[in-house]
Amino acid sequence: MSKRVSRILRSLSREKAFYFFTSIGNYTGESASSLKEFMYKINEVNVKSLEFHFHRGDFEKWVAEVLEDKKLADGIREMQKTDVTSDVLRSRLSEVVSRRYKQLINWLRFTK
Amino acid sequence: MKVKNNAFDLDALDFEILKVLQEDARRTYTAIGKRLEIAHSTVYDRIKRMEKYGVIRKYIALVDHRKAGAKFITAIMTVFTDPKESDRVAEKLCGAPEVLEVYTSLSEELVIIAKVVAENQERLHAFIANSVAPLPGVLRIRTSVITRKFKESPFSVANPGSYIYKKKV
Repeated sequence: MSKRVSRILRSLSREKAFYFFTSIGNYTGESASSLKEFMYKINEVNVKSLEFHFHRGDFEKWVAEVLEDKKLADGIREMQKTDVTSDVLRSRLSEVVSRRYKQLINWLRFTK
Repeated sequence: MKVKNNAFDLDALDFEILKVLQEDARRTYTAIGKRLEIAHSTVYDRIKRMEKYGVIRKYIALVDHRKAGAKFITAIMTVFTDPKESDRVAEKLCGAPEVLEVYTSLSEELVIIAKVVAENQERLHAFIANSVAPLPGVLRIRTSVITRKFKESPFSVANPGSYIYKKKV
């Protein structure tokens, strides 16, 4: 279990990082190469970028396929059932990701 | 065409031959000779020399891709880069089959401008997100998908500025 948690929290190579775009082909210059960085970037990037990726399902896909955290991917997918946009989306997404990040960090601390 | 000090100059007749070839590269030496009122052997010699020195790089077919049934989208991608990494980014882009043309420009910032093709918007985005954004030195990217083409033609010796044909060999 701790191996799996460490894997979710690992730092990724440039190729596997998440790159924030505001629309097709328009890269903001912001990227996240770990869950921790992703959590911070959610609060920093242009909200248009959050909307763009959220509605395309890019966040859940990256979390599931690259970070390999199915639970967090499910949490993000669950959000899509409600029509959230703008700053509400930012705060909800931030909440879901931060909660999961803290859970994983605590789990690691507890098991050490 | 005179070759002097490792450089060559095209004369008026070379330009006339190039003009005719740029209208239709499949014309025979005889047809070009008739049109310009010169011997076909002169046309042959001039063309062979221009091929030898790379003035004429190659003869290619201009394909109407829409009529040929190809479905794709074209986009102009502007890549803002760290000046130290700019050449490396441009070289990487040159190696991608999705990229047709690559230029650099220095206005307020150093940018790379590239013409990109993809099957659809999703493929275009995937290419940029997976292959361009992660390149070291890429700061941000602006992309415009072309919706309508009004003109596209190669540079011709008939265009203004044909003096650029003075070239090192």
